[in-house]
Amino acid sequence: MPRKGKLSRGVAVVGGGLTKLGLFKDRNCKDFFAEAFVEMVGSVDKGFDPKEIDAVYVGNYSNDFFVNQAHWGPIISDLIGHVPKPVTRTEAACASSAVAFREGVLAIASGLYDIVLVGGFEQMSRRTTEEVAEGLAMAASPYEVAAGFTFPGVFATMATAYFAKYGTDRESLFNVTIKSHNNAPLNPKAQFPMTIRDFMNARIERCRKKGEPIPQWKDEKDFLRDSAANPPVAWPMHLFDCCPISDGAACLLLVAEEIAKNFMDNPIYLAGMGQGSGYSLHAKKDLTTYEATGAAAKEAYDMSGLTPKDIQFSEVHDCFSIAEVVHMEDLGFFKPGEGYKAVAEGLTRLDGPIPINTSGGLKTKGHPVGATGVAQLYEVWIQLRGKAGKRQVPNRNLRVGAAHNLGGTGGTCTFTILERR
Amino acid sequence: MEDSPFNDTSYEQFLNGGKIMGSKCKKCGALALPPRSICVSCFGSEMEWVQFKGTGKLAAFTSIVVAPPYMLKEGFDRNNPYVVGVVELDEGVKAVARIIGVDAKKPEQIKVGTPLKAEFLEKGEGPDKQTSLAFKP
Repeated sequence: MPRKGKLSRGVAVVGGGLTKLGLFKDRNCKDFFAEAFVEMVGSVDKGFDPKEIDAVYVGNYSNDFFVNQAHWGPIISDLIGHVPKPVTRTEAACASSAVAFREGVLAIASGLYDIVLVGGFEQMSRRTTEEVAEGLAMAASPYEVAAGFTFPGVFATMATAYFAKYGTDRESLFNVTIKSHNNAPLNPKAQFPMTIRDFMNARIERCRKKGEPIPQWKDEKDFLRDSAANPPVAWPMHLFDCCPISDGAACLLLVAEEIAKNFMDNPIYLAGMGQGSGYSLHAKKDLTTYEATGAAAKEAYDMSGLTPKDIQFSEVHDCFSIAEVVHMEDLGFFKPGEGYKAVAEGLTRLDGPIPINTSGGLKTKGHPVGATGVAQLYEVWIQLRGKAGKRQVPNRNLRVGAAHNLGGTGGTCTFTILERR
Repeated sequence: MEDSPFNDTSYEQFLNGGKIMGSKCKKCGALALPPRSICVSCFGSEMEWVQFKGTGKLAAFTSIVVAPPYMLKEGFDRNNPYVVGVVELDEGVKAVARIIGVDAKKPEQIKVGTPLKAEFLEKGEGPDKQTSLAFKP
């Protein structure tokens, strides 16, 4: 008899696709998903016939609001020639497609299906920034919104609790931003493929052209300290602490473990996965931790038999700089209160002992919310395959990587561990 | 009002009357603010109303510079930020609320741990009157 907390059969990831992320007003989610789907089909080493897909699970947060169209499941099914087989849309705010991935895994593990496509998509560019902010705030708690909190505001509030508890300040988060932007130019799909130094040079060039005084920043931190260059959004979160508004789509092909080698010689396998739920701010016992992440991590570690020390690299949900630090602690990569120090010491750089957000993270790669969970897993998958190009983690034999995804202000969190055997 | 259901609507009606009312589980004594109809400590569903004094200390906060549309209507914007935060009440529960009487333009001077007391902010009149909870030093 299968035991609680274990899957009844294994699942492998044998294909993946991700669009370039950015703002693409002239295209829509069908275009995005088609782009990701075509890449996915081409990525399956031994090829496969899309007719064999048994079921589709797609995550989408709020195209209902962002583009006034709901019920996206059948639209995607029609797009990829899947009609009349089943398609299910999942919604868990920014964790919508990580939940789709999980549902796809469970459907295969149950024995119902052998081949499942999971993915996600979002188009945020057709609304104004204020409207997008309002749309995202619908995923916060009603109490937070009523009190006047914005999405960045909730994370900013947790940041002040973190600073007070551990005796640090917003400058410690500059290291997160600088680290993520160092990875960005190495990712051809990133929305902002620029280092902080690139932003500084662009601003200096603009001032020179306009005949304005040339800013004299000593270094990247000095630039981030300058409120003219890096204005506050919800103090202590400034512009460069916040991820952008993005469009895009991602998908992965999941198959039952016993048929995985029909698709590729070296499939990437699911080692463990977990999902948790969380309180809104006023009900949290501790404002410096995400209980949903802790629960998701425990479930994933228990399923896989792995520990935090076994995770060689990870995508960590960095919608705001503070989120990356707190989540690294909740996932067990560092002790509580040690996350910001680890970033300062360079431990999470691409060439560090535990690279975090090799993709550049949501901050630089972009955050089309419904696509993000699967886009993160795409990065882990491509790194484990050794096909991440210039951003391939150097000089390491990668075997185990993970992705952490957060929805809302921590209401849903997932943690998924993939491995190469 | 003592017979009011333990929900958000009752909580708001009490606020309109200048009272911070939450629930206390009759079985295990757990407090909740806003009130809960199901106790998340013991799963009891027998509750009684309890009034909170409205004193506590600042647990965490933010100064909102990029404001949502409904706060823009109240006159807040990039040049006129406002502060919201989490307040830990003396009774041991937390509330999210506006924090007034602090300089939203100098958030680095606002200190976690600052003692606060409740204020009731009123908007609209008659049946449209809406009271929201705020705290000030």
